[in-house]
Amino acid sequence: MEEKKDFQKEVKIEVRDLDMGYGSFVLMRNLNFTINKGDVFIIMGGSGCGKSTLLKVIVGLLQPLRGQVFYDGVNFWATEPQDRDRIMQRFGILYQSGALWSSMTLAENVTLPLEQYTTLSKDKIGELVSLKLSLVGLGGFEEFYPSEISGGMKKRAGLARAMALDPDILFFDEPSAGLDPVSARLLDDLIIELSESLRTTIVVVTHELQSIFAIGTNSVFLDADAKTMIASGDPKRLLAESKDPKVIRFLTRGEKTVYGQ
Amino acid sequence: MLSKGELTFSRPSAATVVIHFSGDWKLGNALPQASDIQKELETGTKVHQVSFDTQGLKEWDSSILTFLIKVTEYCTNNNIRADKEGLPLGIQKLLDLASQEYQRKGITHGVSHKSFFVKVADVAFDFIRSSKEMITFIGEAFLAFLKLLRGKANFRRSDLFTIIQDTGAQSLPIVSLISALVGLILAFIASIQLQLFGAQIYVADVVGIGMVRVMGAIMTGIIMAGRTGASFAAQLGTMQVNEEIDALKTLGISPMEFLVLPRMLALVLMMPLLCLYADLMGVLGGMFVGVTMLDLNVIEYYHQTKAAVTLTHLWVGLFHSAVFGVLVALSGCLRGMQCGRSASAVGYATTSAVVTGIVSIVLATAIITFSCQVLGI
Repeated sequence: MEEKKDFQKEVKIEVRDLDMGYGSFVLMRNLNFTINKGDVFIIMGGSGCGKSTLLKVIVGLLQPLRGQVFYDGVNFWATEPQDRDRIMQRFGILYQSGALWSSMTLAENVTLPLEQYTTLSKDKIGELVSLKLSLVGLGGFEEFYPSEISGGMKKRAGLARAMALDPDILFFDEPSAGLDPVSARLLDDLIIELSESLRTTIVVVTHELQSIFAIGTNSVFLDADAKTMIASGDPKRLLAESKDPKVIRFLTRGEKTVYGQ
Repeated sequence: MLSKGELTFSRPSAATVVIHFSGDWKLGNALPQASDIQKELETGTKVHQVSFDTQGLKEWDSSILTFLIKVTEYCTNNNIRADKEGLPLGIQKLLDLASQEYQRKGITHGVSHKSFFVKVADVAFDFIRSSKEMITFIGEAFLAFLKLLRGKANFRRSDLFTIIQDTGAQSLPIVSLISALVGLILAFIASIQLQLFGAQIYVADVVGIGMVRVMGAIMTGIIMAGRTGASFAAQLGTMQVNEEIDALKTLGISPMEFLVLPRMLALVLMMPLLCLYADLMGVLGGMFVGVTMLDLNVIEYYHQTKAAVTLTHLWVGLFHSAVFGVLVALSGCLRGMQCGRSASAVGYATTSAVVTGIVSIVLATAIITFSCQVLGI
């Protein structure tokens, strides 16, 4: 197993000895990795290996079977529910389907987190909402309902909502799934922009190779057969240096295999 | 015209069998059984290798693949080498694709072959788990209600008004129709009996007391269970499928306060009003029968109803309806929040919400009626 060690960086999220699954069914065992501030961290692996489940555990939607998740040194699952809520307020999450609240307009979707957690005036909130929607290219769509816009637009609106509170950490669940190549590329550019300009820590669950190499600065590779992580580190470095046949096969779309391993 | 798929065997050496395929191996065509090969391999000296010859094979489809999979499985289990060289390249590739090494290892489906006792235990544990979930849900709903009383509940007032409009005003047409018809039916049945004694004026008593005390509330409850309870379950279930509820949770917003509380409030506020309206419609339905069929006068019918129905009957009816409001809202929201993450799960949640709603309404009616009897109300 390859470990990326860089003690100069500030650790934002640490996953320690994590087992996860549903009921008595264990999906992954013994996961250990750290995500540094400003990283674009990729959780990758084949379909159905548990990437999205790991994301659920990290963001507090699913309790792990064992192990801990630390945010800035705070043990997330061991804290009181109200402290957990406070940590969660620093997240922004873009769900696979966008997960916009269907009974609200795009503006109301972005407004809700701002109304909940800030004491800003209505006008100020309105300005912020327009800004966030413009950032994702949806200026002018404030009064549209999610059912009135396309899948790609839903995803971008979901991102605007995720960015509403200027979060420390942004989570993306398969951001480019269902997007055309140009929109997927634009989303990748936006992710890089956010990471570089705001030093937002970004965690992306994906198996899109182009995205992985374009945006990833660190990663973890989950394997369903081994039921654990089998590699971690910069994806480009993994491609160049990894000796694990599964990792190489995945990163080269099955074109290259390492024989004799 | 397809020719028959056939098999012949030859033995170039004592330990080797060559299987010759000929004709068309297509689904729906008459084809040999894998057991034919088994018989051939089990006769004579012990076979160590099986080869295939497909020179005579014309058309083929999945039928030859399933046949070959059975043969290769038999060979593997009996330590016989199956040499696939003689098969067409397409068949070889498809067999490789279907072979075990490409399948995910160690995956078992949870519901495979359980004994009767294990199934009974599973049902019992499921029942305990779902009861626990229900009690937890009721507890959480109660806590959310307490928060509301302290003015700290977190939901959008505009949502509450929309739900009130949907559950209240928009239910009026169906409530009118059903209640008037129930009043009419009650009057019909009562009139047949009462006419025997020339006491048809008492139809007003039967309809008035029946509707105001219990039938108005029950009918409204059942309409609401089918209309609003199902709609709550479908709304929340779809939100579950679309990850909208996850999005609320990760934002630190309690779905109980944000989604369930306004729905419960709306229904608890609207049910007594709808019940009052249903009572009125039921009485009007009865009056229609009284006036048109029993030669009663409208004023006469009105005075008889006024004399028969007391405030106690009205309060009992309103109490019923408030209880039904809580039950329908709870069952709709509970099933919606418990919904799985697929389209069929939403369907199941909706059905389950209606069933739970109606069963709980009937149970609650039995309990309230019995209690009133004991207390002499």
